[in-house]
Amino acid sequence: MLDVLMLSRIQFAANISFHILFPTITIALGWLLFYFKVRFDLSGHPVWMRAYRFWVKVFALTFALGVVSGITMSFQFGTNWPGFMETIGNIAGPLLAYEILTAFFLEATLLGVMLFGFNRVPAWAHTLSTFLVAFGTTMSAFWILVLNSWMQTPAGFEMRDGVAHATDWLAIIFNPSFPYRFSHTLLSSALTVCFVVAGISAYRLWRGDKKRAPRVTLKTAIFSAALLAPLQAFVGDLHGLNTLEHQPQKVAAMEGVWETQKGADLLLFAIPDEETRENKFAIGIPNLASLILTHEWDGEIKGLNDFEGVHPPVKPVFYGFRLMVGIGLLMIMIAWWCSWSMRGGRSLSKLQLKVLMGMTFSGWIATLAGWYVTEIGRQPYLVSGVLKTADAVTTIASENVLLTLVVYLIVYAVLLVAYVRTLFLMARRAVELEDIQPHERVNQKYFKPVPNQQEAHA
Amino acid sequence: MIDWLFADQNLPVVFAVLMAIAILMYAILDGYDLGVGILLPMDTAQQRDTAIASIGPFWDANETWLVLAIGLLLVAFPAAHSEILRALYLPATLMLIGLILRGVAFDFRAKVAVTEKHRWDRAFKVGSIITSMSQGFMLGMYVMGLDYNWLSVGFALLGGVGVTTAYALIGASWLIMKTNGDLQLRAIAWAKKTGVISFIGILLVCFINPLINPFVYERWLTPPLGYFVSAIPLLCFSMFALGYQVLKRLPLADHQGDWLPFAMTTIVFICCFAGLALSFYPYVVPQQLTIFDTASAPESLRIMLVGSLFVLPMIIGYTVFAYFAFRGKAQALNYY
Repeated sequence: MLDVLMLSRIQFAANISFHILFPTITIALGWLLFYFKVRFDLSGHPVWMRAYRFWVKVFALTFALGVVSGITMSFQFGTNWPGFMETIGNIAGPLLAYEILTAFFLEATLLGVMLFGFNRVPAWAHTLSTFLVAFGTTMSAFWILVLNSWMQTPAGFEMRDGVAHATDWLAIIFNPSFPYRFSHTLLSSALTVCFVVAGISAYRLWRGDKKRAPRVTLKTAIFSAALLAPLQAFVGDLHGLNTLEHQPQKVAAMEGVWETQKGADLLLFAIPDEETRENKFAIGIPNLASLILTHEWDGEIKGLNDFEGVHPPVKPVFYGFRLMVGIGLLMIMIAWWCSWSMRGGRSLSKLQLKVLMGMTFSGWIATLAGWYVTEIGRQPYLVSGVLKTADAVTTIASENVLLTLVVYLIVYAVLLVAYVRTLFLMARRAVELEDIQPHERVNQKYFKPVPNQQEAHA
Repeated sequence: MIDWLFADQNLPVVFAVLMAIAILMYAILDGYDLGVGILLPMDTAQQRDTAIASIGPFWDANETWLVLAIGLLLVAFPAAHSEILRALYLPATLMLIGLILRGVAFDFRAKVAVTEKHRWDRAFKVGSIITSMSQGFMLGMYVMGLDYNWLSVGFALLGGVGVTTAYALIGASWLIMKTNGDLQLRAIAWAKKTGVISFIGILLVCFINPLINPFVYERWLTPPLGYFVSAIPLLCFSMFALGYQVLKRLPLADHQGDWLPFAMTTIVFICCFAGLALSFYPYVVPQQLTIFDTASAPESLRIMLVGSLFVLPMIIGYTVFAYFAFRGKAQALNYY
């Protein structure tokens, strides 16, 4: 049977992989909803309200899954990884505390107002609540990525008797990899949401929805993706350069470079073999890896053999990186292709709608792949150079960890299926719904009346 | 005052108090929405909708108090977090599963086909019961010193029933405050029943706890603190006596006094919590570790305290705003 270390790692990976799916959507979707709401406030046009109403329900469902799967994490730290807090609790503690205090309460409390308060509070208070919920989700990303980046590239601390003590909080918060990781993650959230919104909107159009709202949301999503996907490639490149500087062994694993070499090939495909420490069936473009990573034709890239014993397992990092980049490139191509077709108010073809439907959850796969690259890429360390993963693990009986792991996996599988099904079900329902329901009238006391002639195609 | 708060030797006490407030807030706030889940009437769909509408805007924030409580335990007393939760690993996992089940059921029920809605409602009820049972079990194990034997597990199982009943009581009180008509009448009947059982349960704990834990016996019966501590059960039991009289007279014609049972149950919760907290202080792991043994480094606690002092008033501010926005009797939940 697997030992408690491996089981705890799988369990943590399962919990955080399941959890990350939902914040990845809520972070950017919160801002998108704020955009819809502001557009509605400015124009009074009901199409923005229709867009808001549909997507706020998706937000509510996603947020709930994020909250409940997140609570699990606050238990796991102590139960499965007691060595983590014992060693770096003085750093991680305040960061987690600030996340709870400045982010969790803000988003969770005002979510109620955002979801159900439209007729109960003045319009400005509702828009402000929407803003603060979006702000809260982003703050929570800020603090948790500070902690994660610090685990990758620790700074601003000193070790006393084997325990980390903070010496400079600014250096801890703005540690070397944080700005890159934070931008890269926020953009990945934005792209994930672009493709979820585009995919679901495309599904509604494909099912014959004649309303304006899905077309407006589709356009917003596709044009945003066309701008953000190339920006992500650029930020991702900067992040890679930062990783090369601080965690060269991770980059070596990402690129599958065994021996330190000048003018390294960019491998499109290979099967890295850790036994023989070489790549099989390698297909590469000469010198391109060096060019990308060092911006020099003959730049030197350190190989894995320079880090023997303290480099990550190569295969998952190598493949994860290729999967992430592949989806990123696909996103750029599809976003540009669809943007071109939509120029000047034109519609997408059936084929394009189907492609977008197929891409609905592509952001999830890219995010998870990227997450595995950076997290597995830090192994065998839990905190780079400070704490090894094996030294932080619990003493709980492995049977108990296995039992709970199985239960979690079953629950997660059921919920994931239910979530995806419900999203498409909501889209089908929206297709059948009349444009404006009589009982959906906005509160006349707070809102300007909607011009009649616009109602028909909202 | 500020100097006292930030002094090295006082920081563990300050954080113990903050953590106690977070746990108490959790027990009251998530208590009422768990209670509504436990009581969820499976026979009429309309009453289920109303019951769930009464907690809809609040439950996310209520659960956040658990994250804060566990978070404070983790960041301020990390060794205790690991010690306690490793001992409670399986019941804690069960509780998390329960929380996941009810949290998502709440949102799925509003978005799925009518035929599946009933299934998610059942998941909501079952999830609520699993959560409260495992919380009560963990509380019982904690009181028994986190040691697994027949006696302690038996006591902890009773604790599960006790906490479930107490949550049902505060949930019923919440429904009395937030609903009208038939559902309110049912809630009054539920409050009477669960009130009687809670009363008996608390009475039992008051006798059993000092009997099995000698240090508790000593604390409760040693003046001068003893006098103060014994005032707590007195206040608690007078709330039960008074509350029963109030419940007999409700509902009044103009719905005045609908808030009384909730206020009184809240006082009962505060009393029970204060009684337990004062029994164990300064131990955070009963009989083993005190808050001073397990506290994080002062410089880390200090920076968290700065944040807490700034942010907690803001949290209270927008929480009051949210409750104010949804004041009065519950209305149907619309996403607009």
